[in-house]
Amino acid sequence: MTGTVAAIGAGLAVVGAGLGIGRIGGSAMDAIARQPEASGKIQTAMIIAAALIEGVALFGVVVGFLGL
Amino acid sequence: MKLITPEFGLIFWTGLVFVLLLFLLTKFAWKPILNMVNAREEKIADALAQAEKTKEEMKALQAQNENLLKEARAERDAMIKDAKETALGMIEEAKSKAKEEAEKLLVSARTSINAEKAAAIAELKTQVASISLEIAEKVVRGELSSDDKQTALAQKLAEDINLN
Amino acid sequence: MALKSKVNTLMLTVLTVFFWSASLGNTENEEHKGEEFELVEKFHVSEFIMDHIGDAHQWHLWGDHHHGTSIYLPIILIDGGLKVFSSSEFYHGEEKEGPNGQHYIIGHEKGHEYAMFEEKIYKLDNGVLNFNEEGEVTSNRPLDFSITKNVLSLLMGAALMMVLMLSSAWYYKKNGAVAPKGVAKFIEPLIIFVRDDIAKANIGEHKYKKYVPYLLTIFFFIWINNLLGLIPVFPGGANLTGNIAVTMFLAVCTLLVTVFSGNRNYWGHIFATPGVPKPLLLIMIPIELVGILTKPFALMIRLFANITAGHVIILAFICIIFINENAAWGGLSVPMALFISVLELLVAALQAYLFAMLSALFIGAAVEEHHH
Repeated sequence: MTGTVAAIGAGLAVVGAGLGIGRIGGSAMDAIARQPEASGKIQTAMIIAAALIEGVALFGVVVGFLGL
Repeated sequence: MKLITPEFGLIFWTGLVFVLLLFLLTKFAWKPILNMVNAREEKIADALAQAEKTKEEMKALQAQNENLLKEARAERDAMIKDAKETALGMIEEAKSKAKEEAEKLLVSARTSINAEKAAAIAELKTQVASISLEIAEKVVRGELSSDDKQTALAQKLAEDINLN
Repeated sequence: MALKSKVNTLMLTVLTVFFWSASLGNTENEEHKGEEFELVEKFHVSEFIMDHIGDAHQWHLWGDHHHGTSIYLPIILIDGGLKVFSSSEFYHGEEKEGPNGQHYIIGHEKGHEYAMFEEKIYKLDNGVLNFNEEGEVTSNRPLDFSITKNVLSLLMGAALMMVLMLSSAWYYKKNGAVAPKGVAKFIEPLIIFVRDDIAKANIGEHKYKKYVPYLLTIFFFIWINNLLGLIPVFPGGANLTGNIAVTMFLAVCTLLVTVFSGNRNYWGHIFATPGVPKPLLLIMIPIELVGILTKPFALMIRLFANITAGHVIILAFICIIFINENAAWGGLSVPMALFISVLELLVAALQAYLFAMLSALFIGAAVEEHHH
């Protein structure tokens, strides 16, 4: 039972992270389209932001692991 | 829970291996490689700078050459001009000298001519006087060779006086 | 592009057909063996996956779990003196059952004082292990310095790293400062990438040099071990960088480097954040101090969870075949597992890059000079 609940929690964390990273990716695309010459810097910033969000989501996944 | 409980043994081995790796790789790999990469980058930068410098030098050299050429040309022109001037001056000088000489000659010729003339005139005068004397002697002798002629002369003289 | 996608589709079809036919061949046999199969063991997915991503004292090569071929790794214990023996003493030891049906094994010969439960070694109390009501072992554990599967993988990864790096260093030593060839040609761009795009970009022009060796070691250590973990057969396959102990050590290293290179300006921002009224500092200081710890904590969790999740997903796709007990599912699960494996190749490099870059970012924040 705890496993199932943990799995739902992990799934919710993934949804949140997916939305967040999706927004970052979309905005980065917009920014690159607007300023293709700055794409290198934008990519770096995008990866950092995505990694930070992903870190939060992974906390959720790790808590999910606790239930296993 | 088992998954997120770190095992002491693995931490120990990770630490040992990682610190050893850090030490050995820093000493025997990262430093030599980075030094070589830096050396190469410097070499390339140096070579580029050298090339740039050489280019500049070449440019400077070329400019210098041009300058030299220009100077040489100018010098040559000046020399030619000088020579021409000198030559002209010499000619002028020669000309003026010749003129002077000619004038001098002319003057001396003129004086000598004048002297000759004077001498000639003086001689002519003496000659004329002597000739005149001779003539006069001859005439007088002729006139006075006979009585008639003496009378005629006297007469004539008298007549001349009369006439006066 | 069109040709490529056609080839891909073709391969997928071939794979699917192959697995379908294989399964058709199997159905007859299964009818005979069906009863036998049920008796042997029911397949537990989460147990199977946890087994694979956890550590072990043997390196299972092929065959059945108990009767297949394994490399038995040495067990090193410090318990009133150094004790070294092969883990086969446990794997071929005497099985016992705990009060709630937990299976544990008591060692043979040199291992007779110890028992192994879920790959952990405990000291026996009067010939048995003690469990509490929640099914956890309460017996003491000796200091365990065993060469486990992860330790062996770590040693092999380290050896690989040494060989790669020393051979490139040797190339430069032999040839001088020339354009690289061979291994050096492969390693050098990565070294320059770490130096320029990770160290110089995040730490700053003047101070990055001191930290380049650390960042290089971190980057290559994580990357090479990630890649080794993706190899499904012997020299690889251990979930080393997806083990919390390893990522914790690496994160602690970054924490120590950050803390010890912090300058006046850095500590000033933590203990007396400029522009914050004095009373508020009472709240700010604990927050900032916690902030010092959360950054490496996030590093630890990120690497651990990413790599573990990658292994779990690949294994889960493969498990689809065993859950359904029908090889035809291989037509679905193998291409999916292959796809995730290729994605994991990217993740392996990305996580190494992220760990090194975030470390550099933290160090950069610690050594940054005051400029307002």
